[in-house]
Amino acid sequence: MFEQLALLSFGDGGWGLALLSGAGITLLLAVCCAPIGLPLGLLLASAERSRHRFVRTLVYGFSTVFRGLPELLTLFIVYYGFQIGAQKLLALNGWQGQVDISPFVAAMVALSLVLAAFSCEVWGAAFKVVGKGQYQAGMALGMSRSRTFFSIILPQLLRVALPGLSNNWLTLLKDTSLVSTISLVDLMRQTGLAVSTTKEPVLFYSAACAIYLLFAAVSGRAFAWAEQRYNRGYGRAG
Amino acid sequence: MDGVLGNVFDAALWATYGPRMLAGLWVTLVLVAISYSLGMVLGLLLAFARLSRWRILRCVSATYCWLMRGSPLLAQLFLLYYGLGSLREFWQDWGLWWFFRDAWYCALLAFSLNTAAYQAEIFRGSFLAIPAGQQEAAMALGLSRWARWCKVTLPQSLMVAIGPLGNELILLIKASALASLVTVYDVMGIAKLAFSRSFDFQVYLWAAVLYLLIVETLRRLLRVVERRLNRHLDSPG
Repeated sequence: MFEQLALLSFGDGGWGLALLSGAGITLLLAVCCAPIGLPLGLLLASAERSRHRFVRTLVYGFSTVFRGLPELLTLFIVYYGFQIGAQKLLALNGWQGQVDISPFVAAMVALSLVLAAFSCEVWGAAFKVVGKGQYQAGMALGMSRSRTFFSIILPQLLRVALPGLSNNWLTLLKDTSLVSTISLVDLMRQTGLAVSTTKEPVLFYSAACAIYLLFAAVSGRAFAWAEQRYNRGYGRAG
Repeated sequence: MDGVLGNVFDAALWATYGPRMLAGLWVTLVLVAISYSLGMVLGLLLAFARLSRWRILRCVSATYCWLMRGSPLLAQLFLLYYGLGSLREFWQDWGLWWFFRDAWYCALLAFSLNTAAYQAEIFRGSFLAIPAGQQEAAMALGLSRWARWCKVTLPQSLMVAIGPLGNELILLIKASALASLVTVYDVMGIAKLAFSRSFDFQVYLWAAVLYLLIVETLRRLLRVVERRLNRHLDSPG
């Protein structure tokens, strides 16, 4: 029993440090996707309300594809597709050679696209809650369109969207485990390496699950705090 | 133009891998159908446990859902297949080795256990959405417990649950692509196999089209069903 636990230690022969670095990559990837995927989702949600039919169709197509495809397949298509596409393009220009796309960048692009498609739905629902009067009030105060959006609309959107976005974030955290399949050394991959060396799959996969659960629990707390903060204007008096 | 088409659809390649991919589609559909149904039974039980009078049942159910929803399905699948699958002597003693030896059964078990947790949350939410007045009214009419449940609570909560349950089915179909990582030859598995042999990227695009077709068909079907169930709530005219 203690021998097994020693495998998780940080010292010699322990895999603690390796797992920790893998967990770091997992977290880094998720943190890198959020600032791309969430604003892109917001942009898509506002494009969905556009007057132009063409724009609306484009958004519909985007969200149908990226919400409908398995995340694993999206990842493969982005990773191998970019690589092969870039290679073909360069070959047309007479450049011969191997093109290697960093798995981290490919994972970031793929997961950001998926996050954008799913958060678009959440943002869209939030847009419906914020009434037309808010825009008109901004206009009446002589605010510019961007000022109206960032000072009046966005804070209210965030308040309504936070629970949905928190779900999106938790899904993203779990989806990062897929990147182990394109040889990015995240927590899942590091665990796999540990298992193939030590032959202790139950121990290590349970440890990996525990780390993911810890991430989920901590971010759940953070979102609860943020929700409270954004709702403080709506609390009951006294 | 021929070159472009050749990049997306190569007839010779389709002749080799097309039929196998359709066989993979069948594997995906069967896997999802069975695990979704098993998950529904378990999910209903978990939802009842969560709303039960006994604290211990509530705790067990809540913990189970938290564990299953908080960790990635991939980790759960590997834990089952590589982890429990490594305890060969133990399962042989119990006569269950045939089950844990087979990647298909392991994937089935992992998906069922996972979707059960999500479905339990959906059912719980839909039961809680029924106002207490409905139960009280049924009681005042002297309906038996069973009739209250079957005629009053269940039909109304199903109306609430049908949308999220459909979404969960779609999510499960997408998640079933993970089975390819433990050597199950579903759509994704065949696509991976074909890609590793032919190095032709288009096989992934075929798989994408197949998945999109299933998901879109389901989504539209679901919308029709939902509208039909809620037709008495539509505003007239």
